[in-house]
Formats: sequence, C-alpha cells, structure tokens
Amino acid sequence: MPRGAFRGGIHPPENKSLTSGLPIVPAQQPSKVYVLLHTTSCPLNPLVAKGDQVLKGQKLADTDQKFGVPVHSPVSGKVAGISTVRTANGHDDTAIIVESDGNDTLHESCVPVKNPLSLSRDEIIAAIREAGIVGMGGAEFPTHIKLAVPPSAKVDTLLLNGAECEPYLTADHRLMLERPQDVVAGAQILMRALDVRKCVIAIEDNKPDAVQALTKEAASVPEIEVMAVRTKYPQGAEKQLIKSTLGREVPPRCLPFHVGVVVNNVGTAVAVADKFYRGLPLVERVVTITGSAAAKPANLLAKIGTTAAELVEQCGGVKGELGKVIFGGPMMGQAVFSLDVPTSKGTSGILLMTAEEARQREVLPCIRCGRCVDACPMRLEPAILHQWAEQQFWAEADAYHACDCIECGVCAFECPSKRPLVQAIRHAKFEIGRLRKAAKERGAK
Amino acid sequence: MAESTLIVSPAPHIRSGVTTPALMRDVVISLIPACAAGVYFFGARALVSLAAAIVGTVGAEYILERITGRPVTIGDWSAVVTGVLLAMVLPPHVPWWILVLSGFFTIGVVKLLFGGLGFNVFNPALAGRAFAVAAWSALANSGYIWPAGAEAAHWVQGFDAVSTATPLTLLKMGEIGGIPMTRFYAPLFFGNVAGSLGETSALALLVGAAYLLWREHISLRIPLTYIGTVAVITSLYGHDPLFHILSGGLILGAFFMATDYVTSPMNPKGQTIFAIGCGVLTALIRIFGGYPEGVCYSILIMNAAVPLIDRFARPKRFGEVKARGQNA
Repeated sequence: MPRGAFRGGIHPPENKSLTSGLPIVPAQQPSKVYVLLHTTSCPLNPLVAKGDQVLKGQKLADTDQKFGVPVHSPVSGKVAGISTVRTANGHDDTAIIVESDGNDTLHESCVPVKNPLSLSRDEIIAAIREAGIVGMGGAEFPTHIKLAVPPSAKVDTLLLNGAECEPYLTADHRLMLERPQDVVAGAQILMRALDVRKCVIAIEDNKPDAVQALTKEAASVPEIEVMAVRTKYPQGAEKQLIKSTLGREVPPRCLPFHVGVVVNNVGTAVAVADKFYRGLPLVERVVTITGSAAAKPANLLAKIGTTAAELVEQCGGVKGELGKVIFGGPMMGQAVFSLDVPTSKGTSGILLMTAEEARQREVLPCIRCGRCVDACPMRLEPAILHQWAEQQFWAEADAYHACDCIECGVCAFECPSKRPLVQAIRHAKFEIGRLRKAAKERGAK
Repeated sequence: MAESTLIVSPAPHIRSGVTTPALMRDVVISLIPACAAGVYFFGARALVSLAAAIVGTVGAEYILERITGRPVTIGDWSAVVTGVLLAMVLPPHVPWWILVLSGFFTIGVVKLLFGGLGFNVFNPALAGRAFAVAAWSALANSGYIWPAGAEAAHWVQGFDAVSTATPLTLLKMGEIGGIPMTRFYAPLFFGNVAGSLGETSALALLVGAAYLLWREHISLRIPLTYIGTVAVITSLYGHDPLFHILSGGLILGAFFMATDYVTSPMNPKGQTIFAIGCGVLTALIRIFGGYPEGVCYSILIMNAAVPLIDRFARPKRFGEVKARGQNA
C-alpha cells in the first residue's frame, strides 16, 4: 500500500473553498456565554456563584476525578446564574452563564510559563490539565489522559493530526496556515510530555499551502516531519492516520499507544502553545461557519460557549430556507435542534444546510451491492451488521465486530439505497455494551 | 428564525448521488448495445421478445404487489433489468407468451416470494430462463436461428440438419470437424452466429460492460476471475479457450449476471471464490456435461452457495493480523 493511504474510504465533495481562503477573524464579544459543567464524562463542581464577578481565564469549575478537566471563563463579566441548558447532543446539562462586560480583562492566573521545555513530564501534563485542554478535533477526549500513557507502552512518536478530512471544515487549515509557529511550539511541548524524539504532522494533500507553511516552520526542528497524506475521508480518523503515516495498524480494542503512537489534533497543539506561551487556558477556538445556507461563511475565533445563533448572526445570518444545523462536519457532526445551543471545546464548525440539502432520502431495501464493505476503513461489513441490528441479534453483531466501528459514516454515505447504516451499528454497539455490562455484573455476583 | 423546522437526524448528513433506481437504470442503459445487436442480427422478432419479457416482469411486479397490498416498486427499475436480461438469455425466436409467462414466474416466484428486491437467492433472469427451458424445452430450443446471411453457418457440413445449432452445440456434436476454431473468432466477436438474443455479440456486450465499469457500478474482479477460470480449465482439456470465451453466454453471464449484486457475495474474497466456482462449473458442464452451454446453471448453482460463502469468506478487520502477531 502506498504511503499516505489506508484501505477503503471515500471522496465526498469537499466544499472547503467556501471558507479555506478566509483568514481567521475574532468573533464579536458575545453578550453571554454558557460554560458547560460536563465537558468530559465527569461532572464539574462550580467554584463561583451567581452574582460573582469573574475575569477571562478564571477557573469556574473543577473536579477531583481523573478524567475531568476544569473550565474557565471565556470572558470577563458577571455570573448570571448556574442553570440547565440543552446542549448540542440534545441532552440537558448544567452551565455557568457568564454575562460579558465587553472588556475581556484577563485573570491574574493567566501568565506564560517560563521555559516550558525545561519542565518535567508530570509538570507539563498537570499544566495541560489545569488549562482545561481536551481534544480539539471534536471528540473532546481529555488531553492529559492521552499524554499519561502507561510506562509499559513504548511510545516513540507524536502524531499531529492536521488532516481535517471532514468536508466544509477549514478551522485547522487556517490555524496551520496562520499560526504554524504555535503548532510547532505546541508539538515540542507535547513531545516533551511524552518524552519522544519524533513527531509527524500529517496534512491531507488538498492543503498544499498548509504543508508548505509547516514544513518551513519545522525546518529548524529536525525531530518534526511534515507529511502530506492522500486526501481521502476518513484520513483524519486516528487509526487510519497512523496506518497512513507510519504503516502501523492499531489492533482491535487497542489504543494508539499500543503501537507506540499518541495522536493529537493540530488545534490541540495550538491550545497547548496558548497555555504555555500566552498563559491562556482553553477558552476560545476557531469555528468554521459555513454551508449553503450561511450568508457569509467565515472562520471565527470564538469564545467557547457562545451560542450558534450569535455566531451565525454576525456572519450575516441565514441565507435561504434553513433545513439543518450541524455542529462539526457533515460526516460525523451532530445535528442540533436549535441555533440557541452553545458551542463547546470540540465545536470545529457550524454547518448550515438548506432545506433541500437536508431533505430525507427514500430508504430502499439493501441490494447487497457491497459499496459499504468496499468503503469501510475498518474493513467491516456494514450491510450485514445492519441486518443483525434490525433483527436485534446483538451477539451476532458483536461477532461481526460492531464494536470496531468508528462511526465515520462512509457506509451510509455510499449506500445507494440510503439505509441508516451508522445508526443501526451505533444501536448495536449500545446494546452490546449493555449486555457486556450485565454479564460482568452477573459474574461479579 | 424558523428553528422549529430544523431537521435533527444522525450523521452522516450528506449522501452520495448514486441511488438504487439510478443504478438499475444504468444497467438497462448498459444492455442497450447488446439488445441492438440482437435486433440487428435476428430481426424485429427480437424487439417483440424484449417487449414481451419486460411486460411480463414489470406487469407481474405491478399486479402482484397490488394484489398483496404492498407498495408498488416498479419505479426502482429492477424489474425492467430482469425483463431485458430474461429476453437476452433466451433464443430470439421463442413465442412471446413464453417470455411473458417466464417473466411472471421469475418476478412472482423467484423475486417476490423471497421478499422482493434484495432478498432473492437466485438471479431472476437466469431462473426465468431455466424455467422456460424446462417447461417448454422443444419450443425454447428450436428458437435458435442463424442470422440471415451468416457466413459461418455454411462452414459446417450437414448444416441443414442442425440449422438451429449454436456454435457450442456444433462443438458438442462434433460437427465443427476440421474447421479451424480460429475462423470462428471474428463471427463470434461481432455476433454473426446463432445464440440467445443478447449473447452473441461479444463486442456489444463489452461496450455495455465498459459503461458499467466507467460508472463504477461493477468491478472486474468477478468477470475476469470467471472468464479466466473457464479459459484455464478448457485449455487444460485441450479446448480452444478463446472459442469458449467468445461463444455462448459467458461474456454476458460474467459481466451482467455473475456481477448481480443481490445474488453474489459482498466482499472481495467471497466474490473471488464465487467467480472461480462459476468458472469451474461452466467449463465442466461444457466439456463433460450433457448440455452444450453451462453459464446459466453454473451461476444459479453458485447463487445458492452465496450465503455460505458470505459466512465463511469474511474480510480481515482492521488491525487483526497485527493483533495475532502480538499475542504470539
């Protein structure tokens, strides 16, 4: 297999030209932000109360739990309340609502770290946790957990994911183009945290300008190699990118560190650089506002917790009849029920689709054409998994490796009969998880 | 802002432009050259056959679905595909009512009784052909004719006795005698020989197949493996492989029947096994069997094996090889 490739995958229309040429501009100061107390799987305990004055970068909530990361105020202003909000995934969550005073006054804790590369591994990882940094690619997995690999794992490579294979999104592209020095600086700190001597920055070859910018920037750092990988969805999926760049296959039910790799998004590297060199915790990120229904597409540097409505409004609002709003890209993003939903740390884009684009296609019977099998980057048989799920044969779905599914969506994209393959497999995964848990509990008794 | 009208559905939110009805329509388009060749060589009778078969299949689907109170699915073009293929695999001069009845049989019994589109075990057109040949064997077999003025017909001694024999039948009967096989290549390639309505012109079939390949609806895996297997086995037994490839329904079967999605395996490994099976059976029937031609039954037999193949020839999932290596 040629370098830069994995088996399977698809070429959906990229639609990146809507925003790929637009520089990142700071979003307007939001009237208020919703700081969610649930970024990862751990609920957070608020450290402020209604009526408190807070400053930008001030820690608002934290937890003792291992997987939790603190959250910080993206603005300076007053805590208007702590209440329940509906989040992008449709669930209710608690949020600290901060009304902005418009001044963006920085909190005293936000000071750059001197000589970050002389810190110990543990100190770097602790600082990353303290900055509330999670995976910026969308999954929001806590970065400090990723970096704290067990000593038995022989990690030799940091892989920075700049593939940005989702159609429409250009947030990472612009970041690599405009802030290559921060990508490289963040990469060096992450390498130090992992104690590795090698870093690969992988970028899809549809972004030659970003490849060039980073190659130039990394020229003075021999440990960093910038690699152009073939443009093919889902190139940016962790396991596929490791295969494409390093030729290693992560075994089923294993994590990248089992093959000596830790993968981080380029956006995460920039967040790390922001923390160490500017003293800024994770309170803002680049969000691509795009889609046929977006009046003026843009790449905005937005405060985390701003509602989609405020961001869309300053981009000229909606054009035509709005059919669907997606947080993230069109392949794996989350359709939201309302524009009044706050962005979170992983919101890389807000995609506005017209009613026509969002039209539901007629579902026909499976004709066993095998397009899903050919496209599946995990080499599963989605059509058969769908059958098992329809029949509620969960044990069979498990035996056909439903749990290996990364939910990239290529099977459903390709399906000529427009069958809801990912949905069915996700259902199967959920039921298999329940059965496994029940079996474990029975075993424990 | 009309937020109440937002659609909330699971990812992915974009779908490819390929739809099942469009795909079936492309298959019909790909069959047009071979049908045109059939009309050219066998006359307007061929058009009657095509029309009768389509009326039979589409009519059956419409009537049976109306009677059983199911949604009518003739809009997905799959019944049209079956109808066209059914006419193509039968001789050009069979009575029209045989085509209509076979169309009813194949849609009613082979397709709808098994659950409709996507659920039939056997290739509907080939099952329809098997039905016609079994039910009206004399009528069906006397339907073969040589195109008017076909030169190759006169190479054979005692031709009058076998005026309805196809080249494969002549071969089986030993009638080809001392005529060099290579003399048949050109007539077989262009289609100026006796045979089923849509099978004689390799050229026209390959043009249609090229269209399907270009549209990425089929891959070469099944056709080439199938044809290659036939070539290898026939040459092992001292036959002329090119004669076997060009004659009979091999090209039609390999590109348009064995590649039928519903009745062939879904993954590459399974498809290879399936195609080799088709090739072995075809060659064995042609060399040792009682029939001159074996494509139809070979594919039907392998159709029956598809669930088994799908079950055992599974793709190796991502990372699996390495996982074993690690445990070892």
